[in-house]
Amino acid sequence: MPGDLLDGDKLRPGAGTYVSDGKIYAALLGIKTVKSNYINIIPMGGRYIPCVGDSVIGEVEDIGPSNWLIDINAPHPAPLHVNEVPWRVEFGDTARYMNVGDVILAKILMVDETMRFQVTLKDQGLRKLQDGQIVEISPSKVPRVIGKSGSMIQMIKGYTNCRIFVGQNGRIWLDGEVDDIMHAIKAIQMIEQDAHSFGLTERVKEYLESVTQQTAAGSE
Amino acid sequence: MSGTPSDIKLIDENGIRIDGRKVDEMRPLKIEAGVLKRADGSAYLEWGKNKVIAAVYGPRECHPRHMQNPAKAIVQCKYNMMSFSVSDRKRPGPDRRSIEISKIISEALEYVVFTENFPRTSIDVYIEVLQANAGTRVAGLTAASVALADAGIPMKDLVPAVAVGKAEGQIVLDLNKEEDNYGSADLPIAMIPRTGEVLLMQMDGHMTMEEVDLALGYAKKACQEIYEVQKDALRRRYAVAGGAAGDDDSSDEEA
Amino acid sequence: MGEEVISQIKRGHIHKLLTMGRRVDGRGAEEYRPIVVETGLIESAQGSARVKVGGTEVVVGVKMDVGSPFADTPDRGVLTTNAELIPLASPTFESGPPDPAAIELARVIDRGIRESEMIDLQKLCIKHGEEVWINFVDIYVIDYDGNLFDACFYGAVAALRNTVVPAAEHGKGDDYPMPLRHFPIQTTAVKIENSILFDPALDEEKVADARLTVTTDENGDLRAMQKGLTGAFTLDEVKSIMSASLRLSKDLREIIG
Repeated sequence: MPGDLLDGDKLRPGAGTYVSDGKIYAALLGIKTVKSNYINIIPMGGRYIPCVGDSVIGEVEDIGPSNWLIDINAPHPAPLHVNEVPWRVEFGDTARYMNVGDVILAKILMVDETMRFQVTLKDQGLRKLQDGQIVEISPSKVPRVIGKSGSMIQMIKGYTNCRIFVGQNGRIWLDGEVDDIMHAIKAIQMIEQDAHSFGLTERVKEYLESVTQQTAAGSE
Repeated sequence: MSGTPSDIKLIDENGIRIDGRKVDEMRPLKIEAGVLKRADGSAYLEWGKNKVIAAVYGPRECHPRHMQNPAKAIVQCKYNMMSFSVSDRKRPGPDRRSIEISKIISEALEYVVFTENFPRTSIDVYIEVLQANAGTRVAGLTAASVALADAGIPMKDLVPAVAVGKAEGQIVLDLNKEEDNYGSADLPIAMIPRTGEVLLMQMDGHMTMEEVDLALGYAKKACQEIYEVQKDALRRRYAVAGGAAGDDDSSDEEA
Repeated sequence: MGEEVISQIKRGHIHKLLTMGRRVDGRGAEEYRPIVVETGLIESAQGSARVKVGGTEVVVGVKMDVGSPFADTPDRGVLTTNAELIPLASPTFESGPPDPAAIELARVIDRGIRESEMIDLQKLCIKHGEEVWINFVDIYVIDYDGNLFDACFYGAVAALRNTVVPAAEHGKGDDYPMPLRHFPIQTTAVKIENSILFDPALDEEKVADARLTVTTDENGDLRAMQKGLTGAFTLDEVKSIMSASLRLSKDLREIIG
């Protein structure tokens, strides 16, 4: 909790902490962890703050002659320049390729000290997304949805046969059969709700087993 | 501060106040964190008959644009009383009083928020008073810092606040409406218990230096008490999570 | 009220589900989200209510004062309804005086209450042509997750049913409950392509083509309507919404009352 003294003897202050009079205090509501001599607070909530290399799901919110403005669920929108897309776009021709409301899987290219960001579509797997559905969760819960080494998200994909992309910015894209999408969304919402409780993986698994069997039985 | 009308006795001969409290006793305080769906962080507070909701949005794009600071976030608080929160209906919209209160609360909160982490943004704090019964600015500030923590905003500490004052010649903690109306001094104050830093203070009325000293002593003790209620609210917000700290060390791998 | 953009993907998903007769949150077309009503929470008001419809939440207070009647209704109390879309409730609400959206909302609520003759305004006359009771119904939206029209209406109706006329305080005899004649219920439906959905959730509202609000009384008669948004209804659609509204009003009246 903000202001809590962290008993960090011989440890160094990490993310979500601050130092006052030589002692380390928490700056966030979250969970204390220690990793390679650094004491960190993993936040329980909060907005998405971009880091270079993050994969994010963005929405085109405005179009200029040589760029698109992408809402990435961060404090400021991020420009996507025509040089950063896999197509050759003539000046003023941007709307032919992507329009307001279109959704992309992008990567954070640059972040500067005044929180100006840029995104790119020039990397493997990055593209405009079509069909399916988008759900939004708190960005702080993204690691839980992905799970240890991707175990949680693999399990959801396995049971539902959905294609899923999890953006670090808390937006998740899913595509598949309508019922499967609905089940996957329900599972993701379960994870978001109880992100920090014991036995979560088991409960999600139970749920997915019950609904996928149900549909299998229903289709016979 | 008007004089005591002869028919109202704020403190009886046994030192008991109109609402049954002793001079250094606070009204019951309840706080609940995370009460709103849309806001990034929120808190609902009941303090005696005061009922207050606080919500936080941000860090987000700063409006109006010219207020943007390239080096840090600004904290913009708007304190408002709902029209039916007071005995005579208040016309909706800001008045001079609420604009002043909004300003001093914004300033108090800006001190604890690590604003340099979020250049060019605004952290917007909204305080709505549903029912008012003296001390709404300190109630609002107390709720607002819980809402900020709930919103995951990095901050030095929570900010508890309380009003102390004087009624019937005695120093009293946490003025009620009658004491506020007919008492002889009012001193709202916000203080971080750990450091003793004073982030908000106003005073009106008439007190001796010694009386102020006693009042500040009461306030300091009360802020510690309020601070515990604030922390308890945040703890309960994740009660389901109950001590499940880092049960598996989840990685940030991309799916 | 600022515009919230909705992505092509969410729009497409809503449309696709509707072609299968389904909604994003799994509800039926005429199914309301859970409604929670709490009354009497504000002691400083003569009547009050806090109502949740799904994730949407409103607080309503009724304040009464003694004042002069309008010249054309010298024997009737006065009803004033106001709605505040405060920025606490949504990232798209901005501070400032009520905008057209808030004014339309307040006027639709006002019309439903006034035209249904819910309040017996004649019983709120103290002295013909001189003194009457003035009712201020102030609605504050504190969480906006779709269908403000109905949430605000239920809040206003619940608060008015909870109101006590503060006669003693004003030296006008003993306090008495708000004189009520009728119990109106309002429903709101939106049209998305060819589907009609009641109690639209936020995402549904964002893609809605047209909106129809219908107020009926306990006798099953129509008392007020408001069509909104840039789309159009066919007459058959209007009729079917009206009869569905009447069907739904019975259960809703139980919940609000």
